[in-house]
Amino acid sequence: MSLSLSEVQRIAHLARIEVSEAEAETSRNHLNGIFSLIEAMQAVDTSGVEPMAHAQDLSQRLREDRVTHLDEDGSRRAAFQAVAPETEAGLYLVPKVIE
Amino acid sequence: MSQWEVVIGIETHAQLATVSKIFSGASTAFGAAPNTQAAPVDLALPGVLPVLNKGAVECAIRFGLAVDAQVARKSVFARKNYFYPDLPKGYQISQFELPVVQGGHVTIVVGQGEKSYEKRVNLTRAHLEEDAGKSLHEDFHGKTGIDLNRAGTPLLEIVTEPDMRSADEAVAYAKALHALVRWIGICDGNMQEGSFRCDANVSVHKPGTPFGTRREIKNLNSFRFLKEAIEYEVRWQIETLEDGGSIQQATVLFDPATGETRAMRSKEDAHDYRYFPDPDLLPLVIGEDWVERTRAALPELPEAKKQRFMADYGLSAYDATGLTASLETADYYEACVAAAGQASAKPCANWVMVDLAARLNKEGLELGQSPVSAVQLGGLVARIADNTISNAIAKKVFEALWAGEGSTADEIIEKQGLKQITDSGAIEKLVDEVLAANAANVAEFKAGKEKAFNALVGQVMKAAKGKANPQQVNDLLRAKLAG
Amino acid sequence: MIHASLKELAAALAAKSISSVELTRLYLDRIARLNPSLNAFVTLDEDRSLAAARAADARIAAGQAGPLTGIPIAQKDIFCAQGWRTTCGSKMLENFISPYDATVIVKLEQEAGMVSLGKVNMDEFAMGSSNETSWFGPVRNPWDQTRVPGGSSGGSAAAVAAALAPVATGTDTGGSIRQPAALCNLTGLKPTYGVVSRYGMIAFASSLDQAGPMARSAEDCALMLSAMAGFDEKDSTSLERPAEDYSRCLGQPLKGLKIGLPKEFFGEGCGAEVMAAVQAAIGEYQRLGAEVVEVSLPNSHLSVPAYYVIAPAEASSNLSRFDGVRYGYRAPEYSDLNDMYSKTRAQGFGAEVKRRILIGTYVLSHGYYDAYYLQAQRIRRLIANDFVEAFKECDVILGPTSPSTAFKRGEKAADPVQMYLSDIYTIAVNLAGLPGMSLPCGFDGQGLPIGMQLIGNYFDEARLLNVAHGYQQATDWHRRTPAGLE
Repeated sequence: MSLSLSEVQRIAHLARIEVSEAEAETSRNHLNGIFSLIEAMQAVDTSGVEPMAHAQDLSQRLREDRVTHLDEDGSRRAAFQAVAPETEAGLYLVPKVIE
Repeated sequence: MSQWEVVIGIETHAQLATVSKIFSGASTAFGAAPNTQAAPVDLALPGVLPVLNKGAVECAIRFGLAVDAQVARKSVFARKNYFYPDLPKGYQISQFELPVVQGGHVTIVVGQGEKSYEKRVNLTRAHLEEDAGKSLHEDFHGKTGIDLNRAGTPLLEIVTEPDMRSADEAVAYAKALHALVRWIGICDGNMQEGSFRCDANVSVHKPGTPFGTRREIKNLNSFRFLKEAIEYEVRWQIETLEDGGSIQQATVLFDPATGETRAMRSKEDAHDYRYFPDPDLLPLVIGEDWVERTRAALPELPEAKKQRFMADYGLSAYDATGLTASLETADYYEACVAAAGQASAKPCANWVMVDLAARLNKEGLELGQSPVSAVQLGGLVARIADNTISNAIAKKVFEALWAGEGSTADEIIEKQGLKQITDSGAIEKLVDEVLAANAANVAEFKAGKEKAFNALVGQVMKAAKGKANPQQVNDLLRAKLAG
Repeated sequence: MIHASLKELAAALAAKSISSVELTRLYLDRIARLNPSLNAFVTLDEDRSLAAARAADARIAAGQAGPLTGIPIAQKDIFCAQGWRTTCGSKMLENFISPYDATVIVKLEQEAGMVSLGKVNMDEFAMGSSNETSWFGPVRNPWDQTRVPGGSSGGSAAAVAAALAPVATGTDTGGSIRQPAALCNLTGLKPTYGVVSRYGMIAFASSLDQAGPMARSAEDCALMLSAMAGFDEKDSTSLERPAEDYSRCLGQPLKGLKIGLPKEFFGEGCGAEVMAAVQAAIGEYQRLGAEVVEVSLPNSHLSVPAYYVIAPAEASSNLSRFDGVRYGYRAPEYSDLNDMYSKTRAQGFGAEVKRRILIGTYVLSHGYYDAYYLQAQRIRRLIANDFVEAFKECDVILGPTSPSTAFKRGEKAADPVQMYLSDIYTIAVNLAGLPGMSLPCGFDGQGLPIGMQLIGNYFDEARLLNVAHGYQQATDWHRRTPAGLE
């Protein structure tokens, strides 16, 4: 299997990473190298094998429905937003969203 | 136009009535200052992890049981990956391949009176997921403000099969589902606040041919918008096809101001969400014992209650459906019957569905805000049943109760002297006086004019200030005139 | 003092022969002198460290000290620590001051009373095996400063090896504790998945990531793990198990211990000097009374392919939150929202991180999910099952940690595939979720350390630590320190 440049650009767009044409070419070579490493997997017959998503075969633990995060004076918001690129009136600001 | 068949499926996002979020301990209350109900998990700070709220799972089980679905013994949370500023992690935790509720159905009644019909809408699934935050588009120097208070609010997304064939059916389904989620207490149903939002998948085709390409209308937060949006969309699709065009699969928004739908620009990646099981969450396992405990704690469901009302109270299907439109109405009605006596079940139904409903409607009040309680209304109906007051007087007493002029019907009847005259001697005296004073009417009646009789009844009632028992007045008049 | 064990340091603190403040100053001075060339620490905050040391001294004076109270530690910069800059080795988080503490930080600082000396360098978002992908520049191996310390916990390894800290935290997704431990002559432990809370540890691949100690001996690791481990309700994958004293088995004789040698770890692909040192260690174990049995991990050759599907897939999603909206880097110029995202992420992430995000995005994308992601998860099951079978024949599994000793900076940087193959022996352990250790077992002809790997069954950390401890009682490889760093 071999990735085309347009596939690299499609993936990069899905991942929201700007890739220049030169970078796309380098990425393509690296990715194709990695995919040839991964290819070894394809030949293995895994029919009937249950996919393993977690290291332990356990079930989800549940939290009681209680409010534990309180921020009535907005001080926690202030702490969280101290590291934000741009805020105003308690809101995070982003370039205009067009729905 | 009649050759086109409309096909509609609905996806509903019901915010679940938990106090905290689905994966964090922040409050779900509506209306707080922006981002003050956003815990580190809701902000997707680096390193934070989700822990599932038991209350949200309980809501899903209740729903599954209420729609006679399969509650999955094992379901899986998956990540739906896309970039959007109100989605802090860059993925939404949802369920994809193994949802918690599978199948089920909702029975709807479409239309009113003679032309109404019942229909079963099948559900594909219902799954748990987290709500996104809100983008505020008012102008922040040309930028959008993001409030994550809503991010992580638990949602049950309820998905139907493409079973509906008209906007009316879609609205009937949405209303029935809205009543049901409130009935079982899993959603407050507040549509203005976005607690209950519908997406409609609409397509048209000619019967006997495969379904057409569908377009999804997002975020319809009123029944009226749902109806208008579908009707517009159907017209648009049919016109497009009849003009030789084709329909492209798309996600569209309905603009209530123009009454039109338009494609959403932000959904360009919609075809590739890269779902995969969330490695931060383990499979959700729901034991039989939990399901059974939940089943035992469920209130009697609308359909069962409707059947019981028909059997126990002798109500018509129409009345029983109306009185089970919400749990609140059904509870009010049953409390009313308990106060009035079971023999008055039918008059209670009329009072609740006609007189009380009209009065509430006039004032723009909900049943829960009624100044007349179920016990007060039942007490009033009981006095009609035992002939203490007539129906006409009862309406006066009802108004007095509404105005708070007394705490019970009996108190008002006593205080305002509204007790019905049933002493036949007293009524006979009034009848005699009226007959004596209205010879012209008597003559007309005897000449065969039935109308004259009604005039005489009216005169007697007027003389009795409305308090004479109408039946007795009738009987006595007829006897005297015949004599 | 700077080469003392944690037990010895605790004894000195308890005897008041040194205070925590003095000990902390001792290390801060060494950092000031040696870090400019090693580049192990990326963030220091002397006031903060000394305040913690004073608090520890007060605790010791009040007789409320635990076994680690007042002992300095280097924290891998992947753990969020309130008030500390937490970068994960990335430009994306260059100015991110964490507003909250990771559970590991709470346990080590607040509960155990340890003193954080600072945050140590790492491969960006823990993606790398050489510490060359850090935005803050490469870390130098104290044994040979032209060489890499391994990765991703390269700063942790270099800091402890150069005695800039007595001990460090690390994290291990595919070998990131064990491989740098091997390359820097340290003892490092990756616990069973779920033993140490992941809350506040910036995620790389959530189903594989696990934190653990990097120290100079198994005894030190045991003390550290006892402090780091434990159920955490904030982490759904944290295991609800009673607290353990991981030192409890130390000193038990190794007689009768069954050591499994996977034949797949002793074939081609491993450097001869590494292999010779590992063989010599096996001989030592036999002298200590252990039995050796051959076992097989027939699917182990598939662990690198499966890992390079699963880890990037999870990472591609985990790293989506770095979008320039709520924290972290935002590109200075952009035309609209999508352009802001794409430029922020293009500029904020380094090449290796971007590469893995692209791989992960691809293998999860429409039409490839079954062939790549699901297939990798099925192979993951086969690999885990191999270990289940092997542990029917033996108590622990032994092999090399890394196929080579420390390589030159730049040697593998241009070829990602060569770099990925540095982890051929360590990755299977993460896929299975088992505990694994690396400990020193010799040196090559150039004087570079060699590590061997011990793999235990699930939750068998205490035994694993004792197996390493028994070897370290009989050998002194782990006591050797690099020259020229006095």
